[in-house]
Amino acid sequence: MMRKEILVLIDILFYIFSALAILSAGVILFTKNLLYAAFSLVATFLCVAAVYVLAQAEFVAVTQLMIYVGGIVVLLIFGVMLTNKITDKGIITSSYNRFLGAIIAISLFVVLFYGILKINFGAVESQSADMNNVNQIGVELLTEYLLPFEIAAVVLLVALIGASVISGYKTKGTDE
Amino acid sequence: MSSEYYFILAAALFCIGLAVIITKKNAVMVLMGVELVLNAANINFVAVNKNNLVSLDGQFFALFVIVMAAAEAAVGLAIVLKLFKYFRTTELDKINQLKG
Repeated sequence: MMRKEILVLIDILFYIFSALAILSAGVILFTKNLLYAAFSLVATFLCVAAVYVLAQAEFVAVTQLMIYVGGIVVLLIFGVMLTNKITDKGIITSSYNRFLGAIIAISLFVVLFYGILKINFGAVESQSADMNNVNQIGVELLTEYLLPFEIAAVVLLVALIGASVISGYKTKGTDE
Repeated sequence: MSSEYYFILAAALFCIGLAVIITKKNAVMVLMGVELVLNAANINFVAVNKNNLVSLDGQFFALFVIVMAAAEAAVGLAIVLKLFKYFRTTELDKINQLKG
């Protein structure tokens, strides 16, 4: 009885958070103000993190909060601030290819929706393990997934060095 | 909660991100659309993993996708800043030459 109520509660929370995620993603699509878009991107990421928690992926949710909300969105807002002329209209942007974009996105969504409804999810039986997720991730990250972990670290280092080299001041031989 | 609701949410986020990528003029806005698409992929990974929590392969894929997204955002914004220095604009339809 108690467990059934909890499952219903999880369903209701999933509906709320997914509706909020789609709504704030729609704000990104329809707003003209770049900063509003960045802030609704934060809202979308928070709702997606809540969806991860509901899908029993707590560690991914925490990583989402730390890296996306704490890092990538701050980077994007820096980009917005650094790439707009103050004297101009500022942080207003316009859009083009509207008809093409709407056609492609809507038709792709219809195809995906149809395909998802066609899948028989009853065949997939769910087996849940009653163990500590975070603990298991920590153990597997340093045993089975050690090589991808190290490669990800090297890729991050190379990307950050490359980013600071690309956007840095001019070097000898190149102008601006 | 069946997995198909997660897949539908991911499909909706993917299509909104695709529409942002296609329609927006500003380069930073396009990067935001790319982030939305990556999040949709992550939701799919986590939703597939939800049914079988004995092995956590889906969650590991999601984690590595998040790391790649961080690297992509850093390099993409560096390129956008460089383009802004050169062209004095980030409107993608006004950036029309490759000559440095």
